[in-house]
Amino acid sequence: MELQITWFFLWGLLWAVFFMTDGFDFGIGTLLPFMAKNDKEKRTMIAAMGPFWDGNEVWLIAAGGVTFAAFPILYATMFSSLYAALMLILFALILRGVAMEFRSKVENDSWRGIWDMCIFIGSAAPAVLFGVAFANIFKGFPIDANGYHGTLLGLLNGYGLLGGILFLFLFLEHGALWLCIKTEGELQARAYRFANGVWWVMLTVALLFLIATKYETRLYDNYYANPVLFLLLIVNVAAFVQTKFFLMKKAYFTAWFSSALAIVCCIFFGIIGLFPTVFPSSIDDAYSLTAFNSSSSPLTLKIMLAVVLIFVPLVIAYQTWAYFLFKDKVSKEDLEEAY
Amino acid sequence: MDVVLLSRLQFAAATMFHFLFVPLTLGLSVLIAYMETRYVQTEDETYLRMTKFWGKLFLINFALGVVTGITLEFQFGTNWSRYSEFVGDIFGSLLAIEATTSFFLESTLIGVWVFGWKKLSKKAHAACMWLIAIAGNLSAVWILIANGWMQHPVGFDIRNGRAELVDFRAVVTNSFAWLEFLHVVAGAFVLGAFFVMGISAWHLLKKQNTDFFTRSFRIALPFGLAAALFVSVVGDFHGAHVAEVQPEKLAAMEAHWETKTNVPFYLLVVPDEKNETNLLEMIEIPGLLSFLVTGDVNGEVRGLKEFPKEDRPPVLITFTAFRIMVALGTYFIIITLIGLFLRKNLADSPIYLQVMLCSIPLPYIANLAGWIVAEVGRQPWIVYKIMRTADAASPIAASQVGISLVAFILVYGLLGAVGFWLIARNAAKGPETANLAVN
Ligand code: HDD
Ligand code: HEM
Ligand code: HEM
Repeated sequence: MELQITWFFLWGLLWAVFFMTDGFDFGIGTLLPFMAKNDKEKRTMIAAMGPFWDGNEVWLIAAGGVTFAAFPILYATMFSSLYAALMLILFALILRGVAMEFRSKVENDSWRGIWDMCIFIGSAAPAVLFGVAFANIFKGFPIDANGYHGTLLGLLNGYGLLGGILFLFLFLEHGALWLCIKTEGELQARAYRFANGVWWVMLTVALLFLIATKYETRLYDNYYANPVLFLLLIVNVAAFVQTKFFLMKKAYFTAWFSSALAIVCCIFFGIIGLFPTVFPSSIDDAYSLTAFNSSSSPLTLKIMLAVVLIFVPLVIAYQTWAYFLFKDKVSKEDLEEAY
Repeated sequence: MDVVLLSRLQFAAATMFHFLFVPLTLGLSVLIAYMETRYVQTEDETYLRMTKFWGKLFLINFALGVVTGITLEFQFGTNWSRYSEFVGDIFGSLLAIEATTSFFLESTLIGVWVFGWKKLSKKAHAACMWLIAIAGNLSAVWILIANGWMQHPVGFDIRNGRAELVDFRAVVTNSFAWLEFLHVVAGAFVLGAFFVMGISAWHLLKKQNTDFFTRSFRIALPFGLAAALFVSVVGDFHGAHVAEVQPEKLAAMEAHWETKTNVPFYLLVVPDEKNETNLLEMIEIPGLLSFLVTGDVNGEVRGLKEFPKEDRPPVLITFTAFRIMVALGTYFIIITLIGLFLRKNLADSPIYLQVMLCSIPLPYIANLAGWIVAEVGRQPWIVYKIMRTADAASPIAASQVGISLVAFILVYGLLGAVGFWLIARNAAKGPETANLAVN
């Protein structure tokens, strides 16, 4: 029991860290065609995430792998049910990955235009689709004893779309803040203005989402049962406000950190509300997958716990080191070196 | 077409595509790490230019390796959900361990390596490349333990309708997996070496940057020879092991129908699956097959007819792929041995250089053929003798898989073409001559 509960929250944590890290890459990629005025600025934007995005993406692989290891039945049900949506995400990520590498390899405007488009699609589409997927998880799926009865279009219900928009704006803000940290001059000024303005949109969408959640899902049940959990929502709102506060003070790194905290809180808002369900059935609770009926054996959970407790802190340590190594503004050499 | 067949086609296409890039990542990373180490030791600029030139090709290839790997990680859930439920305990944990122990390290350090030329000391930068090479090869350990478990399942009990882990140590010490690992990594090193030698040969033929490419060639040559010898030796052990644990696969690899002792090896064979015999068997070497499989010319080799038809793998594919792999393995040894004699005057051996240039695709073919032997030869099982492939696919609409299969073929085909074009273009450009001094 305890093992399964521990794993439930670790599972949530891995997804949260993925969104917190790769989230800013998605944001920057989505902004790429709109914010940069020339090729040099585009390269600067790409170089701002250059050293990090690949390592960030591994959090997704880890989250997927851990879903498989700790909750194989969830892994099997979720990914086969959401087949089309997941394939779209995967193809989008393929485009982003190769575009980052290919773009600068040929000096030709239309060549670069194509890959810029791929970076945009490969960033915006996963951001929205992950939001749609998670909102639908909060809401529940039409599954019963005979399996899944939904369709791709069925995922695009109002609440699902709202989730998609929420994720997109969270990441746009997050990405713009990162650009403030890594760039200077005009580009930075533009990123700053954008982050400032889009903050209001993000906040509005987040509030709408919180309200819609009350009507569309049963997430609040856990909160009513344990009102102390509402603290998380308070932290979440505080993190949003802090983001704006530090942004206005031009303390970009602190602002980015607050935004990271806000993203983690958003994910955990849902995770705590779901507990102990991981894949709710909207038809009948009897068919819902929970941390208890979809997990692997205690032995596997124990071994995986040991692996995660040893290696994840190690990963965090060397990724943090890498972030510090490249904390400076994107330089001319960075552009020559790789982009 | 049904879901199972479509899923098999899709999975085969996706893994084979992934494995076009994986071996170069594994092999070239080691060679580049070596070149950079030589630079640190000797301060010779040529080694730095080498590191950068081969590094650029490495990075393009790496990007394709990464993006094609991600889709694989999720395809067990999307396309093989019943398999995933059944084996998650074991197979899933190995994939998760691979991500946490290797992929993080590899992908994080790649960023550091590319952007860190001026931020790290020379030594630290070279160490970074070694860690990338180690992390990549470590990822091969885990994924091959996972694959080895499908080939030769150990350390589990069937409980609650699933294969539940009971002995983790047995899973990670699975002899089948370790033979696979040694064999695959050596095969990858062969590919890396032939890649470097082939491209160097092209430039040497054009008489460009002769010093640079002679030295690159000479670094790759002994590495390639050692790997080529090793891959055959391990392959031999591997074959004997297959005979022991998957006798029907071995019989299919050799198109061997009747259980017999003192079995000869025929150089030329044409199998006839329908009539359960061979149309042609020529050039006999007496007792060789028995010897290779059992270590004794009079040993017994079990034939396909001993097994029920529904448990036999497809013979023609398995047999042909195996022959191709072994023939190429022999060729790699011979051609690198010849290289050893010519290494002092490579630039004056145009025929040899031409042969090496044309040999670039061959290790790719050998690697893919090897996987076809391993995977098609395992059929009809997805987990050998435990679960049939036919029972493993997701219960989803065939049309969905059909659409994604077409998408895979189109997108991968296009990206693969662009990727190889970019590699070729950058390879043809040759090393930068500009001032590359670090600091
Ligand atoms: C023998 C080696 C080997 C084999 C059989 C496989 N892979 Fe692989 N994989 C690697 C060796 C590798 C690597 C060398 O570590 C890669 C290749 C290129 C690269 O960039 O890293 C990689 C990349 C890679 C990535 C991206 C990692 C990253 O972002 O760094 C994923 C998710 C997978 N693979 C998953 C798989 C799965 C699910 C496989 C089984 C079907 C598989 N690989 C077969
Ligand atoms: C080590 C990781 C690998 C794992 C876990 C793995 C697993 C699988 C699975 C689940 C299938 C589908 C079910 C089946 O048809 O049996 C399959 C089929 C196949 N795989 Fe692999 N595979 C791996 C590596 C590879 C690689 C690297 C290649 C090729 C380069 C490859 C080639 C194939 C082929 C050709 C098939 C189709 C066989 C058939 O359906 O007849 N595999 N493998
Ligand atoms: C003379 C030499 C060789 C022998 C005797 C040999 C033997 C074998 C055998 C028996 C298998 C099947 C194992 C199984 O069913 O799982 C295999 C698989 C394989 N071979 Fe070879 N091989 C040789 C050369 C090569 C070469 C030169 C390469 C590549 C450069 C290569 C790459 C592979 C790969 C990638 C696999 C699939 C993974 C595995 O099962 O290990 N082999 N080899």
